Amino acid sequence: MSIPKITARNVSVSYGAKQAIDDISIDVDMDHVIAFIGPSGCGKSTFLRTLNRMNDTIPSARVSGDVRLDGQDIYAPEMDVVQLRARVGMVFQKPNPFPKSIYENVAYGPRIHGLANSRAELDVIVERSLTRAGLWNEVKDRLSESGTALSGGQQQRLCIARAIAVDPEVILMDEPCSALDPIATARIEELIHDLRGRYAIAIVTHNMQQAARVSQRTAFFHLGTLVEYGRTSDIFTNPKEERTKDYITGRYG
Amino acid sequence: MSKRPSLPVADAPVRPTVWDSPAMARRLRRRYAAERRFRLLGLAAVALSAAFLAFLLVTMVAQGIRGFTETTITLPIDLAAADLPIEPARVKGRSADLALAGAGLEDAVDTAATMRFGRDGADLLSPGAWLAVRDAIKADPAILRRTVTFTLPVASPFDVAAKGEGTPDAEQVVARLKAQGVLSTGWNWNFLTDADATDPTRVGIWGAAKGSLLTMLVTLALAFPIGVLAALYLEEYAPKNRWTDLIEVSINNLAAVPSIIFGLLGLAVFLNTFGLPRSAPLVGGLTLALMTMPVIVIAGRNAIKAVPPSIRDAALAVGASRVQVIFHHVLPLALPGILTGTIIGMARALGETAPLLMIGMRAFIAAPPRGLTDPSTVLPVQIFLWSDQVDRGFIEKTSAAIIVLLVFLLAMNGLAIYLRNRFETRW
Repeated sequence: MSIPKITARNVSVSYGAKQAIDDISIDVDMDHVIAFIGPSGCGKSTFLRTLNRMNDTIPSARVSGDVRLDGQDIYAPEMDVVQLRARVGMVFQKPNPFPKSIYENVAYGPRIHGLANSRAELDVIVERSLTRAGLWNEVKDRLSESGTALSGGQQQRLCIARAIAVDPEVILMDEPCSALDPIATARIEELIHDLRGRYAIAIVTHNMQQAARVSQRTAFFHLGTLVEYGRTSDIFTNPKEERTKDYITGRYG
Repeated sequence: MSKRPSLPVADAPVRPTVWDSPAMARRLRRRYAAERRFRLLGLAAVALSAAFLAFLLVTMVAQGIRGFTETTITLPIDLAAADLPIEPARVKGRSADLALAGAGLEDAVDTAATMRFGRDGADLLSPGAWLAVRDAIKADPAILRRTVTFTLPVASPFDVAAKGEGTPDAEQVVARLKAQGVLSTGWNWNFLTDADATDPTRVGIWGAAKGSLLTMLVTLALAFPIGVLAALYLEEYAPKNRWTDLIEVSINNLAAVPSIIFGLLGLAVFLNTFGLPRSAPLVGGLTLALMTMPVIVIAGRNAIKAVPPSIRDAALAVGASRVQVIFHHVLPLALPGILTGTIIGMARALGETAPLLMIGMRAFIAAPPRGLTDPSTVLPVQIFLWSDQVDRGFIEKTSAAIIVLLVFLLAMNGLAIYLRNRFETRW
């Protein structure tokens, strides 16, 4: 087992009086893509958003427990949330490119973090990020066109390129394919395969086949609790818990 | 609780729908009639509004266009015979005006008119006519030694009569002069460059227009940044609690407060407490800024709210700070909406009269303001002042001033549309 990148221990989140997730402990590492599955409202997205403190933007959210990135407590007062989010990138359910050019979409992150000293360096980062996101060949001749003019699947890969551009250590994906058609979905899944090992990847998905295809570790959430967590092959072929089995076989969800 | 009557659903015989029955045809006809009626009513509403607007514009332009023209009379003046006690060489520099006035130039012009047109000849000329002669002499002092034919503006009653609105007496005089071929009509350029005056043939709109311009500058410079910052803070930073609710209600109420109350506030605070100069564009701008700010805050908040949260998430997720999210993403996307709101507020401020009356901008001011603290008036107040005048010559000047105000408004709206289209982001 490789060294975990993120360790979450006893994490609970509540929105006001409503408890969203309760006492979750999970590790995310570089070599294994981890998939969070479960029915709607089970808290898998909420948990994902605790890993880069996106829940901070919701005033009523209260987070307790311990989340560490490379052993460093990300909820500690001395942790800078801006740097944390650069180190832990995120891709959202709905493709949300900035209404700017394709180039600017990718260059924005490196620029605000001062990752490039010259235009040439920035060009290199943009090309490398778009290449890794599998989009370079499709857009290299129209980098100045608006990012919103791309198709849905291309937009989502642009968002992945944008996340990669700031050289993160972890990429969190919140149902990245739920707004895409099957062909675009397949491309994103291939991309996740390619990115594995370079980044620690956690993905939330509604689609169980997708979890089985892209992940090596799976965590099953139900009603805010972590029901089962283990190797993807075990979860799908030999679940220990009755609830996991019912969900995977389509009895509910 | 009412109990629903049990319906014999399962046993009921199914009646086939007859789509071409007379009842169906009637229903169809009625539906078409309703559609047609609604469309006609809407069209009538639009036509009525357009007719009102056209009526307003046509009457304003028909009246006002005459305010931009003046009637002139040709008058030869033998300046050598007038024998003004002044040397052509001395008509130079700043003292020239004083020297020529002291030398009795006005009387000389009046005498020339009397000699040319008879006993009432001097009354034909506008009180400002001799100033045109003065300017000609200043431009070329040599004409003091010969006879020169001038075209001078006529007095207001004859100007009005020449344009067909005068008294019977004046009309007779004008008819006689026209027969002599000494009257002509031309553009009154002085109307666009001068300030207020007591005689309608000498008034100009530039004083009020410049006052409006300076006032609007002060208003914009204050209300826009403060309004946008307030809107950004309230939307992006302020916690949602009882205090921010209170502030929101207060701002909404402030936007609905009658404008004259802002005038009283300006009078009490800016003039009496801070001792700022009366009638100045600075104070007018401050007062109107108070009035415009709530409009900008409300429009700004709505525009900021309309920026999709997914854009904020996207920027935060690549590690943008909150200020970067606001200035790189939220503000550029909200700017078209903010600008629209600002222009609506500014247009309202431009047309505002009541609060400016309270702070003394209704004074008679005969020179355009040279700075923010000079006494001044503004376009709508100038219109109000002229509409109050007894002299018939002011009627067309009032309409002309209204046209200038409308042109101002159109220019502002045009600028707003241009800016909005420039900053608009296509999704």
